[in-house]
Amino acid sequence: MSETNLTAAQAPVVASGRSEPTIGLWGWVILAVAFAYAGYAMRWDWLLDWYPQLIRGLGTTMLLLATTVFLGMLLAIPIGLVQVFGPRWLSIPARAFCTVIRGTPLLLQLWLLYYGLGSLFPQFPAIRDSFLWPYLRQAWPYAVLSLTLSYAAYEGEVFRGAFAGVPKGQLEAARSFGMSPWHSFRRIWFPQAFHRALPTLAGETILQLKATPLVATITVMDIYSVAAQVRQQTYLTYEPLLVISVVYIIVAMGLLKLFATLTNTRYMRAPN
Amino acid sequence: MALTHSPEALRAEGIRKSFGSLEVLKGVDLTACKGDVIAIIGGSGSGKSTLLRCLNLLEHPTAGSLRIDGEEVGLTPDGRGHLGAASNAQIRRIRTKLAMVFQSFNLWSHMTLLENVTEVPVRVLGIPRDKATVEAMELLDRVGLADKANVYPAFLSGGQQQRGAIARALAVQPKVMLFDEPTSALDPELVGEVLKVITSLAEEGRTMILVTHEMGFARDVANHVVFLRDGLVEEQGLPAQVLGNPKSERLARFLGNVGRTSDHSTDYGRQ
Repeated sequence: MSETNLTAAQAPVVASGRSEPTIGLWGWVILAVAFAYAGYAMRWDWLLDWYPQLIRGLGTTMLLLATTVFLGMLLAIPIGLVQVFGPRWLSIPARAFCTVIRGTPLLLQLWLLYYGLGSLFPQFPAIRDSFLWPYLRQAWPYAVLSLTLSYAAYEGEVFRGAFAGVPKGQLEAARSFGMSPWHSFRRIWFPQAFHRALPTLAGETILQLKATPLVATITVMDIYSVAAQVRQQTYLTYEPLLVISVVYIIVAMGLLKLFATLTNTRYMRAPN
Repeated sequence: MALTHSPEALRAEGIRKSFGSLEVLKGVDLTACKGDVIAIIGGSGSGKSTLLRCLNLLEHPTAGSLRIDGEEVGLTPDGRGHLGAASNAQIRRIRTKLAMVFQSFNLWSHMTLLENVTEVPVRVLGIPRDKATVEAMELLDRVGLADKANVYPAFLSGGQQQRGAIARALAVQPKVMLFDEPTSALDPELVGEVLKVITSLAEEGRTMILVTHEMGFARDVANHVVFLRDGLVEEQGLPAQVLGNPKSERLARFLGNVGRTSDHSTDYGRQ
């Protein structure tokens, strides 16, 4: 009797809405024509020389994305949380952080960290002599830091709304049954807030992917900076850009699929 | 209280509660012996829900003392002019003895009904999961929801959700059950099924404190009725006395007003 044997009629089904749009016959025809033209009229021989670097660049991009999304999320959760129920000395700095980071261009933050902080550090012998120096003299820590802060600021705002949106009564019920604050957070509050945040997180993560080329300006060799190199050395204008455009589209579609799988929960219509 | 020499399950003394300058409770005493079913009635704003929520410290009282199942609840100023729990561990342990059923059900919406019922036994009380699952299924069966065990709350009617919430409360084997207007958020035709479950609990001798608007139900199920008005107990005693032959004019007027609107409450047994 306790088995999970729902009949089809009992199984809760969330209307999935529209089915995925397909590009249709004409879409395929247009795509085929475009590819045929590109293959005929453009130069692709450089790919043979450059594909190892392109793949390494894609690796850097993906690593950068995964690291900063993960770290940014870890930061965003407390930033969102303290704005909902934290004391003022925590919630005000959290709100200020979100406002400043979201109100300034990412490129500016990146440069301020890399050129500002990065040129300040060598003046302190303590830092120069520390075990961190071999890393701090490279560009990628600044790329990771600024992308993480940016993601944390946007997602902190998303999590603030998500945490606030969980019905208070359910948290009260948790309290009334003797759950500790941590237990209630881990089992009741966070799971629901996370699922509320997921659809927004999907979009934000794709924006984060498309923000990664900025790190090329501080010499991090992501896939965009490889393409820029190709352009400089082969004098080809469009081909490298077209190739990485296709790569970005494929990655973005993969991310959407991933989030769609995560978002597919059955309880999403909240009862109260 | 009018009855019984059975041991005390809950004693609250001199409970006061202020929200800012508004004093909602002005010193209320309430004692429930084992097996008592106490109905708290009163108009809106009389402080009856606040009183119930002070009993498990969901609201911090401004003054007063609490004794649950023979154990004095340690109270200490919480820094905001109220009394909070002196020991987090103690209040958590005591709360598991005081299961609460809410007006708005408050089932955890990301868990199935079965998971709702087993969550506290497994993760707070430390009962092995397979044992807790068997017990939870028995409780769901008892409230008529065995076939809904794997359904999420959003797909249940209000009456079903409230019966599920009662099963969740029963699962912790509480010493006292607190019902905060358990039928007020329900469509009229769903009230009966919930009252029937609560009645069956009363019949097996469970200790319960109910805040309710269902006067007919209070008369049939409770052995003690407390009429709160303006934060004070205005009248209390046996249901037949208090509801049938009110001494105070205010209670008489109150009963006259609700009597006209809660006729359906007498139908619960017949469905």
